[in-house]
Amino acid sequence: MTKFFTSSIGQKFFMSITGLFLMVFLMVHLTINSLLLFGDGTLFNVAANFMSSNPLMKVVEPILALGFILHIIYAAYITLKNMKARPQGYKVASKTKASWASKNMFILGALIFIFLAIHLANFFWKIKFGTVETTHVEGQELHNVYALVAGLFKGWWWYNVLYMLGAIFLFLHLTHGFWSAFQTIGWNNEKWIRRFKTIGYIYAIIIAGGFAFIPLYFLLKFVV
Amino acid sequence: MKIKLNIWKQANAKAKGKFERYELDGVDAEMSFLEMLDSLNEKLIKEGKEPVAFEHDCHEAICGCCSLYINGHPHGPGKETATCQVHMRSFKDGDTITVEPWRAKSFPVLKDLMVDRKAFDKLMAAGGFISIDAGQAPDANSVLVGKIDADKAFDAAACIGCGACVAACKNSSAMLFVAAKVSQLALLPQGKVEAKRRALNMVAKMDELGFGSCTNTGACEAECPKGIGIDFIAKLNREYLSASFSEAE
Repeated sequence: MTKFFTSSIGQKFFMSITGLFLMVFLMVHLTINSLLLFGDGTLFNVAANFMSSNPLMKVVEPILALGFILHIIYAAYITLKNMKARPQGYKVASKTKASWASKNMFILGALIFIFLAIHLANFFWKIKFGTVETTHVEGQELHNVYALVAGLFKGWWWYNVLYMLGAIFLFLHLTHGFWSAFQTIGWNNEKWIRRFKTIGYIYAIIIAGGFAFIPLYFLLKFVV
Repeated sequence: MKIKLNIWKQANAKAKGKFERYELDGVDAEMSFLEMLDSLNEKLIKEGKEPVAFEHDCHEAICGCCSLYINGHPHGPGKETATCQVHMRSFKDGDTITVEPWRAKSFPVLKDLMVDRKAFDKLMAAGGFISIDAGQAPDANSVLVGKIDADKAFDAAACIGCGACVAACKNSSAMLFVAAKVSQLALLPQGKVEAKRRALNMVAKMDELGFGSCTNTGACEAECPKGIGIDFIAKLNREYLSASFSEAE
């Protein structure tokens, strides 16, 4: 059991488990975000404030952060180790049929990481440590997160593009990551490989499409 | 047919190799790739030059000796074929063919296109066998094996240990090879007895030998001359995980 944590399969197991956990988080995140599209923002503000003030979040937030950190650290470590397994490469680049995303998961991950840093600075940091204007809903004082989101996408059009780009990287990452996670924990066979790949594509389209639609929606609403 | 060749030449394991260019005339389309290399070597010997070293033996894709990385494909063009099954009709007159050895830290080049695949032998020695006394061949009806398991075990047993999976993988991972061996034995009654220990030992050895880990690109499956699928890798992951949680080390 102790060897498990240092073995190649064990390390991949943690990539898979943290990946699956982050995929559940993405679903929750998108569900809340989709409220941005309805009404005058009150709905989203209530939901966002519920999420941030919920006592359960005090527990979930560090776990989520840990999920991200472990996923990133393991990815960097495994990638570095894998590069060492072939000190001298081929002259003719591989012509083997394999999906582009599967061969570039680390690059996609790094791009998503850059996006994540910008994204956290845009919202999480401001809400947590900065000053966000408040609004009143049924007598309760709430952070006007809707105004923060709308303000960002209203301000510079390239933020809209950046967020759509982030969604594209996420899409590619998920097309491989989804089925790959099940393969790594051993929950796969020749029938389910195809099924997981299809479900993975549908999942990636819903998640990335949903996240890309929000900046597009604000772009159409304010800029055009 | 006239062929231009770009072949990796390396005097020995320690030497620094480089690509050498050759031109070969009168290549017959029906020649096998290995026969073409033989005729190149005959020409080189006549010219007093050093021939190209490459490994081959059975010429019927069961020994797993031939191991050439041809134009970006382990075992060259064609699906489920070993290098010995590649024919010159797969190429056109005037084509340039680049031939490289398997590239992996665990498969050091011995000379030219020959690599040392002892790492696979070490992997087999770590657990790719049955050590229990299974006695003499029992009556066929006394040890029952379901048809599905028998077929699956046979599919895995098709592995010839050529190393194309390692050569194709961007991480030089030996997961498909280990998966085939672990699965083949775990599916059969005599092998099942030691399945857990085998999975633990073979994976530990695989890591120790410097093979990379599996990132599920599926390149191994696409290049395997025996069509071994990555569903076996899922089975290996399963076997290893359950062994890790249940077996005391």
